[in-house]
Amino acid sequence: MTSLKIQNLDVQHGQLKAVRNLSLTVQTGEVVALIGANGAGKTTLLGSIAGVHRATSGSILLNGQDITGIPSHKRVQAGLALVPEGRKLFTEMTIEENLRLGSTSARPGYWTVDNVLEVFPNLIKRRHSKTGLLSGGEQQATAIGRALMSNPEILILDEVSLGLSPLVVNQVYDSLKRLLETDTTIILVEQDLTRAMKVASRAVCMLEGEIILNKQMSEVSREEITDAYFGLHKVKDR
Amino acid sequence: MSKWSKSVYIERWTPSSRRAVIIAGLIILTLAFAPLFASNGVLDRLTALFVYVILAAMWNALAGYGGLISVGQQAFFGLGAYFTIRIAHLGLDPFIAVALSAIVVGIISYPISLIMLRLRGGEFAIGMWVIASIIHLLVNLDGLIQGETGISLISLNQYEADTRLTTIYLLALFTMTSLLVMLFLVLRSRVGSAIEAIRDNEDAASSIGVNPEKTKRLLFVLAAFGIGAAGAIWLTTATSFQPKTYFSVQWTAYMIFMVLVGGIGRFEGPILGALLFFLVETWFSSSGVWYLIGLGAIAIIFSLFLPKGLWGELERRFNWQFLPIGYRVEPKNNKLE
Amino acid sequence: MTNQIIQAILLGGYYALLACGLSFMFSIMKIINLAHGSLLVLSAYMFWLLADNYGISPFYGIFIIVPIMMFVGWGLQVFLLQKSAKAGELLPILTTFGLAIVIENLLFQQFGADTRSLAPYIGDLSWASWEIYEDIYVGKTSVYILIAAIIILGGLHLFMKKTALGRQIRATAHDPETAGLVGVNARKASVIAVALAMGTVAVSGLALGIRGVFNAYSGGPQLLFAFEATIIGGAASLWGTLIGGIILALAQTIGANIHPQGFLIGGHAIFFTVLFIRIFLSKGGMSRRIKSVLGISR
Repeated sequence: MTSLKIQNLDVQHGQLKAVRNLSLTVQTGEVVALIGANGAGKTTLLGSIAGVHRATSGSILLNGQDITGIPSHKRVQAGLALVPEGRKLFTEMTIEENLRLGSTSARPGYWTVDNVLEVFPNLIKRRHSKTGLLSGGEQQATAIGRALMSNPEILILDEVSLGLSPLVVNQVYDSLKRLLETDTTIILVEQDLTRAMKVASRAVCMLEGEIILNKQMSEVSREEITDAYFGLHKVKDR
Repeated sequence: MSKWSKSVYIERWTPSSRRAVIIAGLIILTLAFAPLFASNGVLDRLTALFVYVILAAMWNALAGYGGLISVGQQAFFGLGAYFTIRIAHLGLDPFIAVALSAIVVGIISYPISLIMLRLRGGEFAIGMWVIASIIHLLVNLDGLIQGETGISLISLNQYEADTRLTTIYLLALFTMTSLLVMLFLVLRSRVGSAIEAIRDNEDAASSIGVNPEKTKRLLFVLAAFGIGAAGAIWLTTATSFQPKTYFSVQWTAYMIFMVLVGGIGRFEGPILGALLFFLVETWFSSSGVWYLIGLGAIAIIFSLFLPKGLWGELERRFNWQFLPIGYRVEPKNNKLE
Repeated sequence: MTNQIIQAILLGGYYALLACGLSFMFSIMKIINLAHGSLLVLSAYMFWLLADNYGISPFYGIFIIVPIMMFVGWGLQVFLLQKSAKAGELLPILTTFGLAIVIENLLFQQFGADTRSLAPYIGDLSWASWEIYEDIYVGKTSVYILIAAIIILGGLHLFMKKTALGRQIRATAHDPETAGLVGVNARKASVIAVALAMGTVAVSGLALGIRGVFNAYSGGPQLLFAFEATIIGGAASLWGTLIGGIILALAQTIGANIHPQGFLIGGHAIFFTVLFIRIFLSKGGMSRRIKSVLGISR
């Protein structure tokens, strides 16, 4: 079943066309790793899916419903949640308050404050601390938890490991294991190729706003992905 | 010398900007000779126009270039008039008093800036209004002023009406021109670049050694000095000083209107705004409060829909820029290697 | 002496009530509403109209005026603030200032130069008092105003802290884009916040009319009082506004004792003293706690 269908998407970022004529289909339950260098257009793409950036042309369909023009809070209602790059927590509010905010447009489902804290036990004792005072790992966990609170059908994680030490990233991914076992559709941006290959079922590589690789993880080699990442596939094809 | 500097040179003037400055100079010259052929009524109105230009340019220097929106500049307007009265009371010629008063206002604004510039945004805006209120109250305490009854600049009467009018006119023209030239030079100088840098990104600016505080203080004092001069000159045209009129927040309303409509943050904008305000005032001020309501409404409309003001819009559409403040990199021989 | 202190506290409550809307919009939404003063004068005139033309007592008028002002708040946010706030922190200052000019001159156009008061319409209440000690009388209206200030400020504080909507408003004020990402309807939250603020402005107008006199141009001075009370109390919290109002009133009372014209000057003096202290302290190494209590940021 198709969860998300993007068709011929064009997104402008200032003067630059950050996403060009991009088409992508994501099936329910898939874990898609979105790979690409900085500036490839990943964040803009994810932002336009979530409703932060307006598309200049093209469409985005969520379970057949056209969400291209609707505001971001309505997309959350429709089942789409983004953990933005840089976490963007409400720093003057506590972990609990941030989590509760996440359930503003929640659909019925499994995730509650207690369940989220169960998955991220390191947050329990800091429950009433302001998120501005937390460590990087704790902030990332809170941001993911906040997105989960809306019981999304599709969870999008932009740069989960940004600014975190490898040990902490391990911890975050361990916590995500439970999530990965459910049939939540996940799109995640991950710079660490090993980790991406381990966790994802599909690899999508972006370069200069376009998709240049879109294959099942099982059918693609590490070398292929690296080539695509650097745009070498163009060279090699000649 | 780098490889680049051999193939380019820095150009500050464009043909159109050269033309503009020459035209501006001619206009000023014509205005200077106006007393020879213009009637007293015209001279009087022009004096008012010059004061408006000063007010607009100075408020713009603070808001458009310094990023400091002040709703209390009437403090300095009133102080300029007040000190003129005080200094003239000491026996000095009223016109000398005007000049001295402006300088005193400039000096006083320095310590004020030390406190006020620590405030940001809206706090600074209203804070300046509070300053204006305090100064108004303090001025009222001066026995010489007799509270709201006010007092007149009697020593002006030593001059015969015609001479007085002409002198005031020329003084206003001179002050306006000097202040504009001063501002122009400041903006063309290193301080001007500092201002642009601060406007673009204050943190980045301070990281390259620009001192935002010092720059803002310079603008603050300059604006106070200019507005003080304007207040002093206004006193000479109106002769009587009633604190309420000079310290009224209405003056800020006029300044905001002129700069918003003319174009904030541009050199030419406030001049255009002052001109428009002058025309509107000439035609509509007799309509009483509707005039003020109109001003307020137009200010709102501009702030919402045309935040760059008329000049900003014209600049954007036609790529005009009359006065040469920026820099351009030109290739030598008109060929890029 | 005690009497003066008590009267100052009551006056402080009055200032706090005047400041509610301004403080709320400033501390929660980071918007300085320069039209605050003229909006509360507008409310006072509406109460007056109801009482004078229709014989509706101001206290019943609340049920009509508060919703009207909340509607005005809606309009204010949707037509003015939403657009101007997008362009940065400074533009709303200009827009609301323009609005203030328009409102006060429209009021003058409509109602003329006469000063008005709501005192004649509340009957005996305007001079009734309790004797709480020998020779110390407190005006009933003053006490009610203080109580109203406490209830409103406290209520808003609790609302913002404990309710889901309060959280949404806070989140929207902090970062509207991310608020949308987590499912908060940022537009709705902002509108509700401004509507709430305007609702309190209606009550502020009532207090102004009951306690004193007003005319079309009273907005400016009220704005300054409200602003001073807000800043003295620390712009970060709503409770601070109550404390700020009381300190302001105390300073004014002391000023009046020193010099016949000292009332207003005393208030301004404390305002700047507090600013001095804040600036001086924020440079030194004060603990975060103390700083946040005093309303010093960064």
